[in-house]
Amino acid sequence: MTTALDRRPVSTAPTDPRPRAAIEWGPALAGAVRKLDPRGLVRQPVVFVVWVGSVFSTVLALTDPSVFGWLIAGWLWLTVLFANAAEAVAEGRGKAQADTLRKARQTTVAYLLDGTEVPAADLRPGMRVVVVAGQVIPGDGDVVEGIASVDESAITGESAPVIRESGGDRSAVTGGTTVLSDRIVVEITSKPGETFVDRMIALVEGASRQRTPNEIALNILLSSLTIVFLVVVITLQPLAIYSGAEQSLTTLIALVVCLIPTTIGALLSAIGIAGMDRLVQRNVLAMSGRAVEAAGDVNTLLLDKTGTITLGNRQASEFVAVGGCSDDEVADAAQLASLADETPEGRSIVVLAKERYGLRGRDDLPGAEFVPFTAQTRMSGVDLPDGRQLRKGAAGAVLAWVRAQDGPVPPEVGDVVDGISAAGGTPLLLASTTADGARVLGVIHLKDVVKAGMAERFAELRRMGIRTVMITGDNERTARAIAAEAGIDDVLAEATPEDKLALIQREQAGGRLVAMTGDGTNDAPALAQADVGVAMNTGTTAAKEAGNMVDLDSDPTKLIEIVEIGKQLLITRGSLTTFSIANDLAKYFAILPAMFASAFPGLDALNVMRLSSPESAILSAVVFNALIIVALVPLALRGVKYRPASASAMLRRNLLLYGVGGVVLPFVGIKLIDLLVSLIPGIA
Amino acid sequence: MSATAAGWLQVALLVIALVAVHKPLGDWMARVFTTDATPPLGQKWPFLPQGSRHWRVERLVYRAVGVDADAEQRWPVYLRSVLAFSLVSVLFLYLLQRVQQWLPLENDMAAVEPGSAWNTAISFVTNTNWQGYSGESTMGHLVQMAGLAVQNFVSAAVGIAVAIALVRGFARSGTDRLGNFWVDVTRAITRVLLPLATVAAVVLVLGGVVQNLSSGTDATTLAGATQFLPGGPVASQEAIKELGTNGGGFYNANSAHPFEGPSAWISLFQVFLLLVIPFSLPRTFGRMVGDRKQGYAIVGVMAGLAAASLALTSWAQARAGGAALQLAGAATEGQEVRFGGPLSALFGTATTLTSTGAVNSMHDSYTPTGGLLVMANMMLGEVAPGGVGSGLYGMLVLAVVAVFVAGLMVGRTPEYLGKKLGRREMTLASLYVLVTPVLVLTGTAVAVATDSGLGSLLNSGSHGLSEVLYAFTSASNNNGSAFAGLSANTPFYNTALGLSMAFGRFLPIVLVVALAGRLAAQGRAPVTAGTLPTHQPLFVGLLGAVVLVVVGLTYFPALALGPLAEALA
Repeated sequence: MTTALDRRPVSTAPTDPRPRAAIEWGPALAGAVRKLDPRGLVRQPVVFVVWVGSVFSTVLALTDPSVFGWLIAGWLWLTVLFANAAEAVAEGRGKAQADTLRKARQTTVAYLLDGTEVPAADLRPGMRVVVVAGQVIPGDGDVVEGIASVDESAITGESAPVIRESGGDRSAVTGGTTVLSDRIVVEITSKPGETFVDRMIALVEGASRQRTPNEIALNILLSSLTIVFLVVVITLQPLAIYSGAEQSLTTLIALVVCLIPTTIGALLSAIGIAGMDRLVQRNVLAMSGRAVEAAGDVNTLLLDKTGTITLGNRQASEFVAVGGCSDDEVADAAQLASLADETPEGRSIVVLAKERYGLRGRDDLPGAEFVPFTAQTRMSGVDLPDGRQLRKGAAGAVLAWVRAQDGPVPPEVGDVVDGISAAGGTPLLLASTTADGARVLGVIHLKDVVKAGMAERFAELRRMGIRTVMITGDNERTARAIAAEAGIDDVLAEATPEDKLALIQREQAGGRLVAMTGDGTNDAPALAQADVGVAMNTGTTAAKEAGNMVDLDSDPTKLIEIVEIGKQLLITRGSLTTFSIANDLAKYFAILPAMFASAFPGLDALNVMRLSSPESAILSAVVFNALIIVALVPLALRGVKYRPASASAMLRRNLLLYGVGGVVLPFVGIKLIDLLVSLIPGIA
Repeated sequence: MSATAAGWLQVALLVIALVAVHKPLGDWMARVFTTDATPPLGQKWPFLPQGSRHWRVERLVYRAVGVDADAEQRWPVYLRSVLAFSLVSVLFLYLLQRVQQWLPLENDMAAVEPGSAWNTAISFVTNTNWQGYSGESTMGHLVQMAGLAVQNFVSAAVGIAVAIALVRGFARSGTDRLGNFWVDVTRAITRVLLPLATVAAVVLVLGGVVQNLSSGTDATTLAGATQFLPGGPVASQEAIKELGTNGGGFYNANSAHPFEGPSAWISLFQVFLLLVIPFSLPRTFGRMVGDRKQGYAIVGVMAGLAAASLALTSWAQARAGGAALQLAGAATEGQEVRFGGPLSALFGTATTLTSTGAVNSMHDSYTPTGGLLVMANMMLGEVAPGGVGSGLYGMLVLAVVAVFVAGLMVGRTPEYLGKKLGRREMTLASLYVLVTPVLVLTGTAVAVATDSGLGSLLNSGSHGLSEVLYAFTSASNNNGSAFAGLSANTPFYNTALGLSMAFGRFLPIVLVVALAGRLAAQGRAPVTAGTLPTHQPLFVGLLGAVVLVVVGLTYFPALALGPLAEALA
């Protein structure tokens, strides 16, 4: 039954549905130390350069020991460790999820049709196994015989069991889930080690994580910046020697590390892993990071009407009195006629009578006889003890019933009925027979109810530049009416799977990226064609194979959240890159006067932060550079705050926050660190 | 009229002239590089033979070169054509200098010495026009006209062609064709540079710039001494020297020479000439990509940076310290004292912001801050507005970098003009940004670390460093102006600066043409409310900031030891 409860507003931003886990730094640091192996670090050129710098500065500290030398070396190592820890923290979150999943994989035996017992690891696609109540399904497959309730909580975290039956769109079962009742025969569809759960584990652990196109492009830009700054510092030494201000190698290494974009370089992979993780936390599994990025780029969203845009069923939205009846009379009759009607439509009539007309529910009407709906009469209603008969039903059937009793039909009935139909609603006629004869009382307007909050959501999407298309089996007129109400941009009415596929191809030909959800086998081609295809977990294996994401909650509305998570991922990358580069300005103002003010006293004018000594200035910049990584880890994991807005508004906000903020913050930070560092003997 | 008021008037006149001309000129260039129209049957268009889209003279060129002017090229072929053409040009120019004594109009000049000839050949082919030699005592009239002046046209045309190829990359989609280099370069000369240069030369002659084939005359001065007055085809070369942002003067003193820059208004006219094409090309770009606002955004960034630079330079020159300078009203050493300080600052800013390098004052003698600024102008990568063609493509590549970072911040895979900026695009753009700083800094470091480099320094300390830094900045950015104070006509500098010029010109061209090819092959993503708008003031500001940040972060340390140390001393 759908009630007002179902119409609660949909959240407008991707809020984390689970309590935010505290960052576990302990295991992360252990992981960070393991990651010091340079062979792994080569993948992150920026961090690798810092690693090389750390090695060099350590050697220098050993050969020519000084407090300054050791402190620089130590903090450079910490910089590398912090960078590694950021990645380890992100990975650690996935590991917990993976461990839960691994438990689901514990099944060891399977029973073939003839009762023979085989190890689950020996199952091959095409083999059929029997699973009875209490047993764990040994592998992914389709139910080919029987029906059963299945506990899928091991995968979805949802404790309510789901029904799985042969044939149709609810036939897919996942290995590791438990049959609660009945007996089913499952035809295995996956090879051992390649089951859904196996893939999930690999995904959440980041084992199969490949760098996404955008991440690679950004890495190239960062590498090129790193090279520029290496050249800047390497060529600086001859210039310094010429100027009579030769620098120590330690100072030059410190300068390189401060200039290269270490902040974003250190956090880049953590951001990517965390993006996937945010999806996992919303029970969405992305088969590739590429799909997550594509989600941010989506131009067109294909949304199924039922369940996504509207509630599943039609609901009464108004009573229209005809033939001189009063509104209250109609409401009263409608309520009486629907008291015993357990269909969602019937329930909604009672709810409407109560909410709009203040009619309290009447639980039992002594002596009343309820007339149930039949396909023959196409009416339902009630015969009251006082002789009154109330009927509601399809216009044709009710009119025939009234006319059969020579009752009058008010002329406006036709207009009202047509009007409701034109608006995409369904008219139900309400009539009564009393001692005075039969008469039409009014018309009940049943309509698809758009979920609360959806209109705002779609308006938001439009501001983000995303076009929404509603997919429905309804006729064009009905579809347009609902679309207009929900604020949907376009409709695909009387849609067949072929129409969907054609629509996607048409959009893509215009350079647009398309996202859609689907669950049926006939959705598979469209899911495969779409740039982001989200398959419902309740759907068929074919649908899940075709899409590049699976929503374990089977909630089609989630598509919008997925788009937002994709955008958030890219914004986080861009913002932290901007921040990282903007930081360099302050570092120059700290380090350059420290290096050259002794040779050119005039350059001390650049020491705007009035740092206490050259050593303290350089060390403070290095310390700030390392600490800012740690400080930004939570932001990298959570993603920067995302509010749907137009591109210009978002750019303005993020530029101000991370660009201007990135310029200002290090001036303050380095100054504060300098106040502490200058207390160290040998530095001040 | 005070010098300051005159300065304001000059700037105002210049801006009005540029605003007035950029529209027709930009539109005309867009037509030149897009038109495939042939005269309709029975109708006669000037120059165009029936049924052809090529002018008669152009068809002669195509026949002589042996190219099919109606076939378009893929990017590797386009690039190969650019490089092959430039290589042949270098060899030809080198040879011409080496054998000039046997050729007519040699003007009694001997063969140019090999190192200098090589350096000069590269210099003129790369549109740098760095001059390690003294023009009036080295080059005969034939080399000046058939060699240097021709390269003034051709190297500028190559720049335009490459810029147009990149613009086509943005404008086209789903094709592997970028146009035909030979057609682009020929049309740039016949339909843009030659007509403009002709008009400009006439104006210059009217303004008193000399134009003859005389080998010079001896004049008796008022004091009774004899002075040799070298003549030559100056006006014709002067026109394209400015128009093509070349900058190689006929005389050593360049536009400060009274025969090259006889009056204040001619000096101002020269500034107009060197700015007019670079400031009009964004209009061409906007036209060709079908959104004029995009062109205005680019020109907005260029103009904003140029205005800021001019204001700072003028201020730095006017507030020069020292009692003597303050008494004079401003720094006057090395300035074009005939026309006043402001025009020197205007000329100096314009010539370093474009890749011209012509001078009417000596940058070496600017105040340290002024010297810092003209150097920083070049370090911007010659994009505000930059050289003919090279300014536009340089700015577009920087726009690609800016869009990439900003695009991420709006939550989409970055796209510029509907083109997605992925791995390959960013590789090319990143390498482009890398080239010039590496050349400048490496060159300077090697020079100050070796005896052969240090030997040419006439000044020591910070000022000496500034001179070397200026030379490599000028060469790598294909500017060509010199800070002076550096004896650059040595084997070391001829070679090192020659290499800087060659790499500084052709490595970016390779990357730009490859980028153009990638972009043209892409489809076009539609513009939605979620697309980063690249025509709004916010983006203009952002792009300007990116240009400044990239330059600032790269050159800050070197500048700190050179002009900045000097300025803060």
